[in-house]
Amino acid sequence: MSDFAVIGKPIPKLDAIDKATGRVKYIQDIKLDGMLYGKILYSRYPHARIVKIDISKAKALPGVRAVITGEDVPPKMKLGFYKDNPPIKTGKVCSYRDEVAAVAATDLETAEKAISLIEVTYEALPGVFDPEEAMRKDAPLIHEKHRSNILKLPWKLHYGDVEAARNEAAFVVEDRYSCTWVTHCCMGTSGAIADFDYANNLTIQTNTQIPSLAQKDFLEALKAMGLTEKRVRVIKPCIGGGFGSKLDTYAYEHIAILLAWHTRKPVKIMFDREEEFKATSTRQPAIMNIAQGCDADGKLLFRDISMILDNGAYTSWGATTPSVMMMPITTLYRVPNVRFKAQCVYTNNTYAQAMRGYGNPQATFAIESSIETLARKAGIDSAEFRRINANQSGDVSPQKFRITSCGLNECIDRVQTQLDSNTSKEKGVGVGMASLIHVGGGARIYKSDGCGAIIKLDDFGKAVVFTGATDIGQGADNIVNQIVAEELGLLTQDVHVVHTDTDVCPWDVGAHASRTTFVAGNAALGAARKIKGQLTELAARVLESKPANICLRERVASDKTNSKKSIPIDKLLRKAHFSAGGQMLSSEYFYDPDNENMGKDFRGNLSMTYAFGAHGVRVRVDVETGKVKVLDYVAAHDVGRAINPLLLEGQVYGGVMMGIGYALTEQVICEKGEIMNPNFRDYKVLTAKDAVPITAPVIETIDADGPFGAKGIGEPGCVPTAPAIANAIYDAIGVRIKDLPITPEKVLTAIKERDEA
Amino acid sequence: MTRKISYIFNGNATETEIEDHLTLLELIRDRLGQTGSKEGCGSGECGACTVIVDDQAVNACLYLAAEIDGKTVQTIEGLANPNGTLHPLQTAFIEHGGIQCGFCSPGMIMSSKALLDENPNPTEDEIKHALAGNMCRCTGYVQIFDSVKAVSAQDEQEIKAVAWKETQ
Repeated sequence: MSDFAVIGKPIPKLDAIDKATGRVKYIQDIKLDGMLYGKILYSRYPHARIVKIDISKAKALPGVRAVITGEDVPPKMKLGFYKDNPPIKTGKVCSYRDEVAAVAATDLETAEKAISLIEVTYEALPGVFDPEEAMRKDAPLIHEKHRSNILKLPWKLHYGDVEAARNEAAFVVEDRYSCTWVTHCCMGTSGAIADFDYANNLTIQTNTQIPSLAQKDFLEALKAMGLTEKRVRVIKPCIGGGFGSKLDTYAYEHIAILLAWHTRKPVKIMFDREEEFKATSTRQPAIMNIAQGCDADGKLLFRDISMILDNGAYTSWGATTPSVMMMPITTLYRVPNVRFKAQCVYTNNTYAQAMRGYGNPQATFAIESSIETLARKAGIDSAEFRRINANQSGDVSPQKFRITSCGLNECIDRVQTQLDSNTSKEKGVGVGMASLIHVGGGARIYKSDGCGAIIKLDDFGKAVVFTGATDIGQGADNIVNQIVAEELGLLTQDVHVVHTDTDVCPWDVGAHASRTTFVAGNAALGAARKIKGQLTELAARVLESKPANICLRERVASDKTNSKKSIPIDKLLRKAHFSAGGQMLSSEYFYDPDNENMGKDFRGNLSMTYAFGAHGVRVRVDVETGKVKVLDYVAAHDVGRAINPLLLEGQVYGGVMMGIGYALTEQVICEKGEIMNPNFRDYKVLTAKDAVPITAPVIETIDADGPFGAKGIGEPGCVPTAPAIANAIYDAIGVRIKDLPITPEKVLTAIKERDEA
Repeated sequence: MTRKISYIFNGNATETEIEDHLTLLELIRDRLGQTGSKEGCGSGECGACTVIVDDQAVNACLYLAAEIDGKTVQTIEGLANPNGTLHPLQTAFIEHGGIQCGFCSPGMIMSSKALLDENPNPTEDEIKHALAGNMCRCTGYVQIFDSVKAVSAQDEQEIKAVAWKETQ
């Protein structure tokens, strides 16, 4: 199909050899000379006044170098976009994960001992753990100064006329869906090492997906500490999984900074697994009321959704997930009349963060479960119903999303073909389907959606690319490598990608919104094109040809019009450097996609292009035990172009498996604010034994704006998984489970209720 | 209480003075400075710390260092041939996409090695069973199974020729 030398090749992950041999360094593996170990004391209550903190015994313990409380935190040091979260609390605590004090000691055991010696006197306050209860006027206030537990956030839109459309609809369905907390479960737990030099500049090594924005957060922290005009260098060690968990800065990072400042030593804070479960954030839970209606031919007329989101005690990115939920709500299928409202409500529970899909899996669970119900009510085959309403290239959705490349129909066809290939109608076996839309060409969440790239070439035909992209295991470094290698006529082994250090890497808004392949890819491509221009001019001079005739491929520059004229690229580079009036070959490029911030009414083309997909699943439901077994899974994705099919499939497989966990097994059990299952025995991540056969057909639509036609694929794999499974369960046994995860208990209860009805 | 233990570590005769309560993972990471073996949970649930003790894959976070006295310990750092040739499993995990973030990879590869040493041609169910104690959040396991199968399908003699024991 194509004549590429590097693009489209299943090139192994560039750092895989260091990972396979145990050489790569995660934050766990890094130790600095003189480094101290930090530890955090958390609240013993979900909601309480702090009456007194006695740190004297902890301070007196040999080996302890610093003990800090909220009194040592500058008042302006606050976390999250809502700035309602100081890294150590004063006055009162609002959740079990509230930081109350912290210590730094010469070794971890001493730090832990010191934590146990801090005496805190609390005065318990009544808590509220249900967002609907928290909305009542008489509910205890989490933050008194806000006067209400309902956050003042703008999540409300209405396009067209939902009421009128509802009156016209031939078929209407209305339901309430809900989903609870789940968490990222990165295999490498969180950690950071903060270190000040003698001029009070900070170097922080931390697990982050947002080096440039984290740098800004930490600079603000330094300012709050009175350290102005200082530099912050963020070094990102190898990261043991991200999935959105590292999209904000955390209290532990700020505490490490404070402890390092107090002790004048490098301080490391490293979470253990229990702490990872209890003190890092979750996926945003949601209560979702949805109504949808269609005409007699199955054409969708309206979609009406209202949500209540448990914000927890503090505000991180979880509270902004409605901005992404809007995308499937307004634009998954053609739907002319749409209304959406979401309220985020403070409770004394844990608070949510970004997690793969950023609200989309929640919204799509409600939408696609409801679509299935509507199709059945209208008496239309559900795949056909989806095709009737599928988005098409050239569409502009009510939210003003411009659909460019779109392979949704092909994805639905591929899924249906595979599901239809096995028509045996065994008892208790059913099939289900669900589709997805996601941003595939960046997402203008901030004022910029940009990423930089710098390339320099050396004497030996090798390129070093400094990228703003953050590799968190997904393979960003490969994508950048392959794009640059292809464009410069080099091979993968000739291109080294550096993405670990804000001192050398250009700016980027982070590894989120499945934007890296598209945005960092286009940045790398832009830089490569500039340097390619220099290379071809040089080659034309040396070969006595014209730049337009020069072809760079597999390490050789040659004249397309005269096969005898060619020169190895490394030789060409040496000529550039070692000659009078020589030149250095380097380039930089900043790519900021031509997408739009959403306006006041939330209209605006958020992404340059959109990723589509459809998932299909066959399940067997044991009606005696309620257990659901996934027999067969197909995940078809419109990816634009597969720059690296090996890594792309890995993203889909991993996403699907995370989605199956979301659908069936995973939940953070939070009882009156307390996390009851902070370990892998009780929090059920799927294991190798639970693995299911997954096929991942790749639909290439060659997007006009994507680098070599590619779109994003990091998140889509886990977006439609839960509704596909819920729809298959309905097909198998005729019961509709509307609350995730779909545990055997819920299935049995639903069967019992159906039989009694 | 402390004691002196003698053991073979990645092919080298080694002696270490240890406290009785020291875990094998602490010995490997903190005393021997070999950080390839990871701690993902510290309670034997995730398998990131898997190493091989006398042919058995064990969770080093639960295993007392004192127990390795007189035994042979192999970690991810000792899997490749000292001449730089990778073990076929390392090559397969690299080539088949068995590695993403890589945090589970050392443990996953060591569990796979223990499996293939005992059963060179495992069925898919046997692979799943052997790796059930090694959690991975990135790959959905598909490409990990592909990696193990790629080695199990190789000629048995070929594997033995490069397998670690034969290279010592």
